[in-house]
Formats: sequence, C-alpha cells, structure tokens
Amino acid sequence: MGHVKIENLTKEYVNRRSVKRQPGDAARPGEIMRVLDNVNLEFQDGEMVCVLGASGCGKSSMLRIIAGFDTPSSGRVLIDGKEVKGPSADHIFVFQHNGLLPWMTVWQNVELGVRHISDEQEKRHMVFEFLDMVELTGFENHYPNQLSGGMQRRAELARALVVNPDMLFMDEPFTGLDYLTQLRIREEVVNIHSYIGKTMIMVTHFIEDAVIMADRIIVMGDRPTKVKAVYEMKFERPRNLETNKELAEIRDDIFLKLGVSYAV
Amino acid sequence: MMRKALKRSFILFPVLSFVVIFLLWDGITRYSDWSHQVFPGPMVVMQSALDLAQDSSLLKHSVASLYRVTVGFYLAVMLGIPLGILLGRMTVAKSLINPLIQFLRPISPLAWIPLAMLWFGIGDQPAIFLIFLASFFPLVVATAVAVESINPMYFQVAANFNFSRIEVITKIVVPAIIPEVVTAIRLTVAIAWLVVVAAEMIAVQSGLGYLIVDARNALRMDNVMVGMITIGLIGLLLDIIMIRVTSVDYLKWAKAKK
Repeated sequence: MGHVKIENLTKEYVNRRSVKRQPGDAARPGEIMRVLDNVNLEFQDGEMVCVLGASGCGKSSMLRIIAGFDTPSSGRVLIDGKEVKGPSADHIFVFQHNGLLPWMTVWQNVELGVRHISDEQEKRHMVFEFLDMVELTGFENHYPNQLSGGMQRRAELARALVVNPDMLFMDEPFTGLDYLTQLRIREEVVNIHSYIGKTMIMVTHFIEDAVIMADRIIVMGDRPTKVKAVYEMKFERPRNLETNKELAEIRDDIFLKLGVSYAV
Repeated sequence: MMRKALKRSFILFPVLSFVVIFLLWDGITRYSDWSHQVFPGPMVVMQSALDLAQDSSLLKHSVASLYRVTVGFYLAVMLGIPLGILLGRMTVAKSLINPLIQFLRPISPLAWIPLAMLWFGIGDQPAIFLIFLASFFPLVVATAVAVESINPMYFQVAANFNFSRIEVITKIVVPAIIPEVVTAIRLTVAIAWLVVVAAEMIAVQSGLGYLIVDARNALRMDNVMVGMITIGLIGLLLDIIMIRVTSVDYLKWAKAKK
C-alpha cells in the first residue's frame, strides 16, 4: 500500500529572484533553474526512507511532488502503480513548520482526519487513542501556540496518524527543536514506524538521524541535483553510532559524499 | 505594584488630561474678550447639556444617530466581508472588481450626499446609505488583504485532508482572518461614526449632526458644544466596546502569534 516509484523526475522553476542568492549562484533572474534532474528512485512498502542533501538541493521539492502538492516538469511519480495527480488523504504530509491550524485546539486538529466518521463515540475514541499515543492527553483543549515545539510536532503526528494513511511524508520534522526534544521525537517516529509499518519518507539534513532511523537513505547532490547515492540500511534496532562501526562508516561516507569530512 | 502602576496610567492619567483641558477652557472663557455667545464656558455648556438631557432630546438624537450607524454598518459587514473573501480567494473576481473598488474608495462618502438625497429622499435612508458606503470599502479591502495573507500551508493542509470548498471557507479562511477583520471593524466603526454626523447635518431632521446644525441656526454655541461632546463621548464608548469585542475568548489562539 505504500510502494513508490519515481521515474525520470525533473523539476524546473523560473528564477523569480531579482538578486542573486549567493555570489557564486549561476541562476540569473528569469532564468530557468533545474531543481531536480532526472531522478529515478524506488521505495518499498513499509520503508522508512530518509532523503539527505544540502539545503536548496531539491529534496523538499521532490517530497512535495510525491505528495501531490507540486507537479513535475517531466517524468512521473507512481504510488502503488498509480500516477500521483494531487494531494490525497491517503498520504499525509507533516510540515516543516508547524502545520497545525492555530485556531483549532489540539483535539479539533486531530479530529480533522476523522471528521467524516458519523459515530461520535468512535470518533472520540480514535482521537483519544492517537493523542494518547503521542502522550498529549490532558492537552486536548490547548491551542497550538500554547504548546512547546515538540508537543506541536507530536500533535501533528497524531493528526496525520489518525487518518490511517498509507504513507507519511515529513519535511524536516526536527527543525526548530532543541536537541533533547529532537531525540525524543526521533525515537517516537521510529516507534510509530515499527508499530504501524507504513511507508514514511522524511526529508532531513541531520545525517546522524538518517543513519539511526532509515531503512533506506537517499543522498541528493547539489547542482546538478541528481541522486548521488542510495544506502540500504538492514541493521537491527536499536542502532547506536558509538558501538556499531558499520553505521559510523556509513555516516562518514555520507558526510564525504556531501562534501564535508566528519573527522577534522 | 505593577497592577497599581497600570491602574494609574489607565484611569488616573486620562482623567488628569481631561481635567487640565477643562481648567484651560474655563480659564480662557473667564479671561478672554470673547462673549459667552461665541465661546461658552464649561459651566454654561454643562447647564445646557442638563437642559437638553432633561427634555430627552439629547437621548433622542443620540439614539437616532446610533440607529443609523448600526444599520448602515451591519449592511456593510454583511456585504463587505463576503465580497472581501471572494476577492481574496478568486483571482478572476479580484481583477474584475478590484479596480472598481479602488476607483470608488477615494470618493468621500460626503460627495455622495446630493445623489443619496435624490435617490432616497429625506430621512434615515440617505444617512444609512452614506454610512454603508463609508464602511463598506475599508471592510472589503481589509478582508481581501487578510485572506490573501493567509499562510498557504493551511490550504495545503486543507487539500491534504480533502476539505470541501465550503470547509476551506469555514475551517480555514474565516477563522484565519478573524483577528484582522475584527481590527478592521473597530477602525471602520470610528469612520462610520464620523460620517453619520456629517450626513445628519444635511440630509435629515434628527441625530447629533442635526442637533449641531439646528443649534448653530439658533446661534446657540453652547448646544453646538454639547453636540460635539456627546459625539466624542459616544465615539469613545464605541471604541471601548470594540476593544472588548476584540479581546474575547475565541481569539485566544492568535494572542501569541505576532
């Protein structure tokens, strides 16, 4: 239910910036910028996929295209053999910045996913179950701005999960969290993934998170934006970079591929 | 301590500034050459205010003005906010209607008085029409701007959760614009209150604007001042009420936003 195939995916934008982003930037105003160049990938059902790359390399664009929020310039994305035409409640997107609706309480936000269920009892039960799963019981009537960053992220996860989607997309879900909260959410996402077994695609720039979490790591190159490397991560959990040499080697390798050396 | 300081700056200081003005006013009337007919002192004006209050004509005129503002303003809210939402959401509607609105907006409502009297005659309608005009355009523009500035991410959430068109309006657009629209309503009430007085000076036979014109014709500057003070007080009261409305509980979510 969550098999993804990306075929010859290319995405181009017209550069609308009136000034150059960086001195070395090639794109002039009005020029066409290619953010994805002929990407071919395949993810198996139930995999935890982490997409790594420098900022601006097109990894978020790719995720948005897979989720149906954006259209490819050429090529296509197939989910379970069907071409993606637009967003769908079968594939829930967890946003980079807080995607909770700020005018709704935590309860109302989570309820969005099950609002068509007519049985009030069942609806309440489901919302409660997932709020309980992310340990947010007691915060049902709080508005998002009354929660910490980590709690907001967890509430958004609950809202995504209550839909029972085939797939979950996450665009840098750890950005803006303090280190401990980041680790806690990371653990939570891994636990949820092993519990529900759905395909999850996560864009991140935290290489260590990817090595710890992923079943498959995609490393994207920067200009031209192609897939640089794919790692299949068949390691037991829990994973520990300190004790598992192989994991540490993969981490170092990814750092090198991204043009930074981990050991200085 | 903090509370005490707040209370002082919110109640004591405003009262203080009114007292200073009152004393200045009194001093000028006592020690200048102007006669009481031209520049009546505060005591004279207060006496006239009591007289006007006693035969209940002050209340009658105030109610007449407030009634017109209420009706005209409600009409503007009922039509202006939906139109603003439409303009903010539909590019086609915006390019069709927006130029017309931007063209009509700078025309002062007072410039409409001759036409309003011709179309609606003498009475409440022309005044209501002018208040409607004065409130309608600011509300439309403020609503459209508020709708356009909604974070596009919320519409993506809506698409992701398969919201219907109606749900997008009721669950995203309307709640998202409430803080901005409430502020716009607050500012617009003040404009409407400005306009009703002006309209009543010309088009009708009642209201605080009429009271002022009528007093002028009778050379009763003390009553003119009573009219002005009443207008100021009611305007102040309207603003206090609007501030109360803007701080109601359902806007709790927006408090920490900015």
